[in-house]
Amino acid sequence: MDNNHIHLTLNIWRQETPSSKGFFEEFKQDVSPDSSLLEILDEINNRLEAEGKRPIAFESDCREGICGTCGLVVNGNPHGPLPKTATCQLHMRNFNDGETLFIEPFRATAFPIIKDLIVDRSGFDKIQQAGGFVSFNAGSAPDANAILIPKKIADLALDAAECIGCGACVAACKNSSAMLFVSAKVSQFAILPQGQPERYERVQAMVKVMDENLFGSCTNTYACEAECPKGISVSNIARMNREYIGAKFKTEELVD
Amino acid sequence: MGWFSTFTSSSIGKKFIMALTGSLLMLFLIIHFIGNMMLYFGPKAFDTYVDTLEIFKPLIRVIEVLLALIFIFHIYNGLKLWYENKKANPQKYAVNASRENSDIYSRSMAITGVTIFVFLIIHLSTFWATFNFGLHPNTEYPYYTIVTHWFQNPIYSLIYVIGMIVLGYHLNHAFQSAFQTFGWNHKKYTPLIKKIGTVYALILALGFASIPIYFFLMGGK
Amino acid sequence: MIKLDSHVPEGNISEKWANHKFSMKLVNPANKRKYDIIVVGTGLAGASAAATLGELGYKVKAFSYHDSPRRAHSIAAQGGINAAKNYQNDADSVFRLFYDTVKGGDFRSREANVYRLADVSNNIIDQCVAQGVPFAREYGGMLANRSFGGAQVSRTFYARGETGQQLLLGAYGSLNRQIHLGNVTMFSRREMLDLVVVNGKAQGIIVRNLVNGEIESYSAQAVILATGGYMNVYFLSTNAMNSNATASWRAHKRGAVYANPCYTQIHPTCLPVHGENQSKLVLMSESLRNDGRIWVPKKIGDTRSPKDIPESERDYYLERKYPAFGNLVPRDVASRNAKYVCDEGRGIGGGRAVYLDFSEAFNRIGKEGVKDKYGNLFDMYQNITGTNPYEVPMQIYPAPHYAMGGLWVDYNLMSNVPGLFVLGEANFSDHGANRLGASALMQGLADGYFVIPYTLGNYLTTEKPAKVDPKSNEFKEAENNVKENVSKLLNVNGKQTVDSIHKRLGHILIDKVGMSRSETGLKEAIKSISELRQEFWNDVKIVGKGNELNQTLERAGRVSDFLELGELMALDALNRNESCGGHFREEYQTVEGEALRRDDEYSYVAAWEFKKPGMWELNKENLEFETIKLATRSYK
Repeated sequence: MDNNHIHLTLNIWRQETPSSKGFFEEFKQDVSPDSSLLEILDEINNRLEAEGKRPIAFESDCREGICGTCGLVVNGNPHGPLPKTATCQLHMRNFNDGETLFIEPFRATAFPIIKDLIVDRSGFDKIQQAGGFVSFNAGSAPDANAILIPKKIADLALDAAECIGCGACVAACKNSSAMLFVSAKVSQFAILPQGQPERYERVQAMVKVMDENLFGSCTNTYACEAECPKGISVSNIARMNREYIGAKFKTEELVD
Repeated sequence: MGWFSTFTSSSIGKKFIMALTGSLLMLFLIIHFIGNMMLYFGPKAFDTYVDTLEIFKPLIRVIEVLLALIFIFHIYNGLKLWYENKKANPQKYAVNASRENSDIYSRSMAITGVTIFVFLIIHLSTFWATFNFGLHPNTEYPYYTIVTHWFQNPIYSLIYVIGMIVLGYHLNHAFQSAFQTFGWNHKKYTPLIKKIGTVYALILALGFASIPIYFFLMGGK
Repeated sequence: MIKLDSHVPEGNISEKWANHKFSMKLVNPANKRKYDIIVVGTGLAGASAAATLGELGYKVKAFSYHDSPRRAHSIAAQGGINAAKNYQNDADSVFRLFYDTVKGGDFRSREANVYRLADVSNNIIDQCVAQGVPFAREYGGMLANRSFGGAQVSRTFYARGETGQQLLLGAYGSLNRQIHLGNVTMFSRREMLDLVVVNGKAQGIIVRNLVNGEIESYSAQAVILATGGYMNVYFLSTNAMNSNATASWRAHKRGAVYANPCYTQIHPTCLPVHGENQSKLVLMSESLRNDGRIWVPKKIGDTRSPKDIPESERDYYLERKYPAFGNLVPRDVASRNAKYVCDEGRGIGGGRAVYLDFSEAFNRIGKEGVKDKYGNLFDMYQNITGTNPYEVPMQIYPAPHYAMGGLWVDYNLMSNVPGLFVLGEANFSDHGANRLGASALMQGLADGYFVIPYTLGNYLTTEKPAKVDPKSNEFKEAENNVKENVSKLLNVNGKQTVDSIHKRLGHILIDKVGMSRSETGLKEAIKSISELRQEFWNDVKIVGKGNELNQTLERAGRVSDFLELGELMALDALNRNESCGGHFREEYQTVEGEALRRDDEYSYVAAWEFKKPGMWELNKENLEFETIKLATRSYK
């Protein structure tokens, strides 16, 4: 492994409270190409702490690209410039010596900043709580092989279900739309037989809460798909449109 | 709320209205385009075409009102979405990387839309107004003469050419976007739809823009 | 001395759970909503428990230090989940899964618990499929299985390399449904910092709101901990950055005994450490050992590039020592041997890494064939290391991965503190001294979906359906305790960062309480950890205040607990004068260098009672093996 250090200038967003005014603070850093971006932030924080200065608040957990906790915008790209990569998997060898980086939080009205690079993504949970499930109680399930699911259907459902809920789609969208995120869950259950009984109720409930939580609408720029660390397809958005329009016109409920 | 107003006020409903009205406008543009192409068949052909339309005047008026409503709906709804979306995303990033994840056609729908609206006002206040209510020149083929006359003006012709390029940008995204909004995304057909959309936008934009250029170069002959 | 009663029901092993379910008392359905239940942690075990208790009608308060339950580290499990479905018709059965798990745990788990785990494993798969978990399928639409971790039957259900994610999202969905219905209230970004014990019973918790630093109290008739394992005690581990032992450790300090803390699993196939600033270690699925061959140079300090080292100068040490199992020996054996060759100086470039070489597989099934099977893992390797594993052999090294030890629980998953239940990795119960692959997900969900919903009710019948007062003296005392602890941390105002001390703790532990342990080493470890703890409390530096989002403060609290737990791990390892599973004592090995179990003296659970920092009392629960005969594991 190459251990030649490279020199970077990092401009990192600092914002002490949700209401205070933020600014970019500049850090010059020699980094190992084998380190991840988050490890560089760890290094800076260690230095700041040793100097008695306030460290940069940022979130991460699994550092394996699956928990969806980390999420930074690097030079305008959510999760940085590499496709299908979460911030924690972004290694410094992807940058050039002397490069300047601007690191800032996901920006959207629906994701208010809590501190520095940490944002509040609880809107996502609210949407899931509205209908991102199959309603049945533990203990009542039939034998697992009683429900036959063609391999292709299971694979397609998993393609959608792989969403890690990081919010990069919202961050990438010029409208801060959550359509890719919501449609991934709607699609998983619209595709699978288990989701059929609540198919129409689910999509209506989830879209309603999505709209209430100040996410914008989709103008089909597909920036979400390009920035998604799991490569979730925008065909899910089309499916959700179809499901929603179908739900409104086919069902017999007159109100809501 | 009643189910329909819930639908139309939802984010997907609003997009649906945009796609539906937009699709109707795209159909109208095809008809408009065919009409305009009559200009290339000479004064007689064009004026005969316009005169033929006169026979259906009452029907045309009804269609015009409908078209106007569709336009207004499309524009009003578009501006409303634009405003809401601005509110949903008020702060931009320090570095704009949008060209890395999306194309310019999709990102510029609001601005191209507004430009087309301005163009539309110019267009209606000149051609449409003169055709319908203006003083017609006393020639054998008055409509053809009006067209020839307007396109002698280089600024006016330039506005038309620019307007049509902008329209092309708008349509290139609009065509495939409408399919996506209606929920018609398919591994087999979506790539084809995108190509057809680009061809459609190119033909319309180039075709429409060729007319002012042609008449300007012809110098009134 | 505490009397530890495992409450294992009478009867034949296969009937114990059924009998117990029938003999347990039930809570009147109309009364269920009068019971408040606290669930701390919302990973697989916690989310499934909270959801299921909500379904039954209890009023649940669920707590997580994450912003959302979906972030829990259960999500990172790659391989799969075991169940005794026998869908592959390969002679699997509940009994075989039970047998394999007891044997794999090196006969240090409680038979009755393990049998129940194997028994409900099938219900878990049914449950998850009904939730819409997209498990891998055969073309005919049936569920697919694979053989995992050297098992001789194909009983592992999986969803690509993301089984943990899909199962967690399933449980998260069920939890969300209960939140939606109002049966569960979710408190996110809250970290449990103390347990409230009223009249000897667990009746509440004190949490710190991580956004504004406020100390909050919550009361309930029972408290369930599902807070995961403690492997971050090693600083570098495959656990998530925030995984910690604080909730269970604070419960321990309130009286809950800690069982078998020395049983730690060090996973053989992880990426080697790249530098001093590394934050965590990444696991590569051990399925790679099915086709990869592990080797090191024969010569000490060989710095040649692998392609320049001829076959004759390579040592395929696992194949050499264990001809029958070769590269598929259990995790502990594979890990220990990697350590040995690196200790000898034969690691790659003299460092701490061994080769995992696929060239034989490339010749046998071609690069495309390897890509089909392991493509995503090869991509991940290349992404992280920047080298192409199709050209240059992979480098791997063992990393701390899973804690078999944890809070002691009885058959009902209740600790020795009445009303305090412990589920998932946080308890000690099912894996003995070593956990088999694809069993962690199984245990978390078994506890949450199919055990606690029954056993909790039985406990609650002894409790009045009346609100617990969150303003009683016990709550105030606990609140003050937490506040004092926070200000004590903030007031040290020394010079060393939290991470630097944590790293030093990690070095001591991996070195002396890691894959191989000795009496001298353990005694040294106890001494150095205790000194390091002093150093921490005299010289740690925490920037910022208590009443704000302060991640340094969060980490400091966790490290302060690790500094106590680490010492107990060493103490437990020192006490256990035998080798078993993940615990290998150099003094106790066979002539061939294999683990030497001493069943006569150590067939017990070591459950430690907290007296004061650095001082514990040992309690024993004897393990009886009535169904499976004690035998020595052999992989020769």
